[in-house]
Amino acid sequence: MQNLFTPGHRACAGCAMPTTIRLVLDAAGENTIVVSPTGCLEVTSTPYPESSWNVPWLHSLFENAASVASGVEVTLRRQCKDTNVICIGGDGSTFDIGIGSISGMFDRGHNIKYICYDNEAYMNTGVQRSGSTPFCVHTTTTPAGKESLGNPRPKKDMPAIAVAHNVPYVATASVAYPVDLRKKIKRSLEIPGPAYIQVNAPCITGWTFEAGSTIEIARLAVETGLWPLYEMVDGKLAGVKKIRALKPVEDYLKAQGRYKHLFKKSGGPDVLKAIQGIAQSNIEKYGLVD
Amino acid sequence: MMKVVEGSYAVAHAVMCCQPDVISAYPITPQTHIVENLSQLVADGELDSEFVTVDSEFSAMSALVGSCAAGARSYSSSTSQGLALMYEVLYNVSGLRMPIVMTVANRAMGAPLNIWNDQQDSVGARDCGWIQLYAENVQEAVDLTPQAYKIAEDPNILTPVMACMDGFVLTHVYEPVELLDKDAVQKFLPPFKPKYVLDPKNPMTIGAFADPSTYTEFRYLQFEAQERALKKIEDVAKEFKETFGRYYGGIIDTYQAEDAEIMIVTMGSVIGTIKDAIDEMRAEGIKVGLTKIRSYRPFPVQALRNALKDCSVIAVIEKDVSIGMEAGILNDLKSAFYNSKIRTPIIGFTAGLGGRDITIKDIRKIVEKARAAEKGIESEFEFLNLRKEII
Repeated sequence: MQNLFTPGHRACAGCAMPTTIRLVLDAAGENTIVVSPTGCLEVTSTPYPESSWNVPWLHSLFENAASVASGVEVTLRRQCKDTNVICIGGDGSTFDIGIGSISGMFDRGHNIKYICYDNEAYMNTGVQRSGSTPFCVHTTTTPAGKESLGNPRPKKDMPAIAVAHNVPYVATASVAYPVDLRKKIKRSLEIPGPAYIQVNAPCITGWTFEAGSTIEIARLAVETGLWPLYEMVDGKLAGVKKIRALKPVEDYLKAQGRYKHLFKKSGGPDVLKAIQGIAQSNIEKYGLVD
Repeated sequence: MMKVVEGSYAVAHAVMCCQPDVISAYPITPQTHIVENLSQLVADGELDSEFVTVDSEFSAMSALVGSCAAGARSYSSSTSQGLALMYEVLYNVSGLRMPIVMTVANRAMGAPLNIWNDQQDSVGARDCGWIQLYAENVQEAVDLTPQAYKIAEDPNILTPVMACMDGFVLTHVYEPVELLDKDAVQKFLPPFKPKYVLDPKNPMTIGAFADPSTYTEFRYLQFEAQERALKKIEDVAKEFKETFGRYYGGIIDTYQAEDAEIMIVTMGSVIGTIKDAIDEMRAEGIKVGLTKIRSYRPFPVQALRNALKDCSVIAVIEKDVSIGMEAGILNDLKSAFYNSKIRTPIIGFTAGLGGRDITIKDIRKIVEKARAAEKGIESEFEFLNLRKEII
């Protein structure tokens, strides 16, 4: 099978994003049009006159991919073409600046699958806080310091926002679970209407971890309960990836530079407890552990 | 057959005749009647288009980026704050060379909030890479619509067009209009056949980023296309005349200009009033004429040099201001003349801001000031009828 997202792009070694894109396109196939907002993906894959894309790909601006895709989708419908329309954007364009466009697209019920590769901060501009940044993460705009333990707010629940729009298929996925991710992409394409899939995609520069441990980090996020893998069909929980051997959140946090202040500062233990609480609440909410 | 209709209906009807595949717009006064009429035409099955109701003007223009990339003839309409909200997408559309047409129902910019007519909105967007054409009356706004598509979609132009009509003054006025004949428009305007579209059988990357080694050339190509558009606008206006019998000039038009000593330069609906004022003054022996700008972008430098080379004084009247440096047309006109042999005095007036009426009396006042400026300019630029008592 032809590689629909080709090597030669400029993503960092160890970046989870290109792997995510490969998995998404493997599942979607070549009868697909991708619309991407500005971000790491756009910048690393399309330096004129080169391109990594072997499917039609359109980029306009940072905050309008869902609106642009809406225009593509209505036109294809008019032309009676049965082509997948997929948006692939990072968390900055999804959770924050583009949320109005996404809300409009969901609201109008376009047959568009919106995939967010979520690396939990504005990585393309140098690791600034986004609405997706988890609690007490160090970013360049929420730095840990004498008076600060990092980002003071919890991660925005974007899948719940999608569910609130009556989006028929909403799921979380992880680059560490490729079979699950591919299955979810395929399922989303079988259900008419909009879909939202949020993929945990660790960023080696922003999260600062050992090269080569990207997948391991992503797996730890799932195994600690901090990244629950679930599907919501028509607003109801339709599937959950159970955790076989639950791990303490420290295992995940310790492996990343963005949390290192929590293991050095006096307020750290309380925060670790609070983060363990977030994991516990996910475990209960989604029934992650039998 | 002439019909008395509202300006907005007439323009919506003209849009219908152009058969856009996709329309996307967000409601804003005084543009609403245009898109309401279009929605109704779609609802009644008279217009076979996809009407995408969006969450903002920003999304309206963004949706058209997608539709155009997928091969659809695409249309929007907006004004004022809505146009400002689109600002980022305006650059994007022209940079991607998408031949989208948008009717701008010209309105003032806030603050203070003001829903009435002036042309600050589109004049302020002059550098976005769009062609900007201005209508004098409803009939011209109607006729501009298919002309705009024909200009925009020319493979040698591929530049979006704003067809500008004064808000309320033209959008809400009822006047006799010759509505376009759909079949005649179809003949005048061939179907949209873009060269580059999103197609899985021939995958293409649209919207790549350009680094310093190529960015300038992208801009240059747009610049060149706008220069070519000067002739294209003229040619399309002539072709339109052959089919429909109406002609308003190409990039500029003139009225009582041949022996004019005092020349007024302006654009938009105020021209009707100015023509009446000129008729009055001509009857009194005052040699005053008019040069109408139809194409503000591309700016018709050579045509204006030719049209204004023989008069003895020029008065620019415009419904915009460049706070900090006079106003749009005035700046551009002076710039167009600086390296020419023309040394005619030019004075400028900002008038009609936020919907303030411009009367025949006002035009006469301007002509008097212009006459005085022949002997020496006292004030290069002023706000007409400034109410000093409330300042």
